[in-house]
Amino acid sequence: MEEKPRVVVSRSRRSETPGKNFTFTAEMVPNSGSLAGYRQKAWQTFKRLSLPSMTEEAWRRTDLREIPAESVHLPTEGAFQKLAPIPSELLKPLTAHEHGGQVILLPGGARPTLSPELIRKGVIFTDLFTAEQENPELVARMVGQTVNPEEGKFAALAACLSQNGILLYIPKGVTVEQPLNSLLWGPGANLAFLSHILVWVDEGASVTYVHEAASPDENGPALHAGIVEIIVSDNASLRFVELQSWGRHVWNFSHERVRVGRNGNLDWIFGAIGSRLTKNFSELDLAGEGATGRMSGFYFTDGNQHLDHDTQQNHLAPHTTSDLLFKGALKGHSRSVWQGMIYVAVGATKTDGYQANRNLVLSPNARADSIPGLEILADDVRCTHGATVGKLEQEPLFYLKSRGIPDKEAERLLVEGFFDPIMQRIPFEGVRARFQQAIHEKTATQ
Amino acid sequence: MSELVIKNLHVSIEDKEILKGVDLTVKQGDIHAIMGPNGTGKSTLAYTLMGHPSYTVTSGEIWFKGKNLLELAADERSRLGLFLAFQYPVSIPGVTVANFLRSAVNSRRRVANHEDKGMPILEFRKMLKEKMELLKMDPAFAGRYLNDGFSGGEKKRAEILQMATLKPEIAILDETDSGLDIDALRIVSEGVNALSGPDMGVLVITHYQRLLNYIKPQFVHIMLGGRIVESGGPDLALQLEERGYDWVREKYEEPATA
Repeated sequence: MEEKPRVVVSRSRRSETPGKNFTFTAEMVPNSGSLAGYRQKAWQTFKRLSLPSMTEEAWRRTDLREIPAESVHLPTEGAFQKLAPIPSELLKPLTAHEHGGQVILLPGGARPTLSPELIRKGVIFTDLFTAEQENPELVARMVGQTVNPEEGKFAALAACLSQNGILLYIPKGVTVEQPLNSLLWGPGANLAFLSHILVWVDEGASVTYVHEAASPDENGPALHAGIVEIIVSDNASLRFVELQSWGRHVWNFSHERVRVGRNGNLDWIFGAIGSRLTKNFSELDLAGEGATGRMSGFYFTDGNQHLDHDTQQNHLAPHTTSDLLFKGALKGHSRSVWQGMIYVAVGATKTDGYQANRNLVLSPNARADSIPGLEILADDVRCTHGATVGKLEQEPLFYLKSRGIPDKEAERLLVEGFFDPIMQRIPFEGVRARFQQAIHEKTATQ
Repeated sequence: MSELVIKNLHVSIEDKEILKGVDLTVKQGDIHAIMGPNGTGKSTLAYTLMGHPSYTVTSGEIWFKGKNLLELAADERSRLGLFLAFQYPVSIPGVTVANFLRSAVNSRRRVANHEDKGMPILEFRKMLKEKMELLKMDPAFAGRYLNDGFSGGEKKRAEILQMATLKPEIAILDETDSGLDIDALRIVSEGVNALSGPDMGVLVITHYQRLLNYIKPQFVHIMLGGRIVESGGPDLALQLEERGYDWVREKYEEPATA
């Protein structure tokens, strides 16, 4: 006889739009600089849009009712001086090479550095405020190119009030060998970190860029809203690594889109281990014929973390190729959502799109949702997808234990093995080591 | 000297009794063989000795080096010096042979001494290379994912490689000859023979006599219906080779009740 499932209704599934409000005011929006117009317009959008509710498809699995909207404020200038300093390991190069440049973004400050050689080549890599002063036309030209503030409340918020931002420009034909690194360090409670990253890899240029957002755990809540806009021009190549290790108090939202031109190439790597809650929209627009893009994601949640990744692979031109693999492990009462879509536009023939999401649920109280999707409007295309949610199997675990490997260690080995296909896609020892460390720490805890 | 002592062992899987009172003592340095037809509980005995959670010991005792094995988890039994070469080793994609063995070696060291930093990588590589040469294994093997896409012979060789690395005091070989061609069988047997001796006792579980042409037991037992029904010297195996199992069945199986 089948046992009847016990049904416990602890709270209703649907919710109304959260009634809470942010305390930001119009006076906070910068009214000078090359972005003033853009920011003012985004402010109107921010005011007009309401917080997303679970009745919207994209937000159906992510509950914002507890969002600490009323309690977060913009950091004042120099605020970082009274907050936790950056741990030295975050400043170490994540790659085999020394950084060609590094920009540190702090609450109420920034510290950009770039090698003289790259400056000579015309590379621009600096924080957004500096860029507004030194390269006002470039900034104005790049902003809003791939992400529209109208896309949502958080996109609008980051657009109008961003205090932490990056401008990266690689001129035509320039190959940057040494990787560039930026770190958004967000210590402190009751703060809102708003970031805007602009990247343009011009025709035939190539670069590797690693961006990390991190903070220690704090006792009060904090918020991050960010925009990432990237253009990879014709025949250009970008390897973009994003690491998210926010503290467990941070509510993290981002809208990211990369547009790849003709025969351009993007290798996009995500690693997410932090935050209280994350909702991330990552889109790949393969806009030029022959463009290729690969998206590789790694996430490991525990405790009460909630990570929601929404990915979109848009094939907008013929002969474009995309390949997405997201792998996640979950512990504790944590939850992950992956929602992916491959879209093939009319006329985008001979495209090849792939998406796969694999989840390993390590605790009976954790839950992973995996929702692939295809929308194909062209003929003669190849699109495939796969999604799995599984548990740690008992037989491999017993096998490892029979060799004297204790439970925790055996679990860690199996989790590492699960993530190995993603690790193989990360050509940086330092980045891999960071992930391995996270696996160690997360498997060691209950 | 280490000793594995099994007393009146009864084991069930999902409420079905498989072992119905097994008594056996294996001393370090001795080689025992358990033979018997399929489905008589030989593999159940092997898994139970190693502590597989699916097998429930309903009564009886297992002692090893003076410790009650039934109170120990599989990893503790392994670290105490017990080893099981699996009949069907599972594949573990993403974990290389070298990484896995290093974890196994270091787990032992760490339990013995909490401060231990693990075997230095160069020392480990050298040790692994020696063991692999002993088993005539390609060095590239160390970098492959454990048992993933291995042939039958490679899997069994990997089992013996693990045994050679972990140096158990009592090793149980569960149908190690199954799926091996004659060359692989010889290599695997030579490996076992090189390791067995005064420091290692062996319990060979096999359906066929042919493995015993290579690994020579001093003691042979016949298992039937969840019990050891006959024990003797090497002659017993030869007898089975000549006459099959029918005479054992006739002698010990209860006649079917009409």
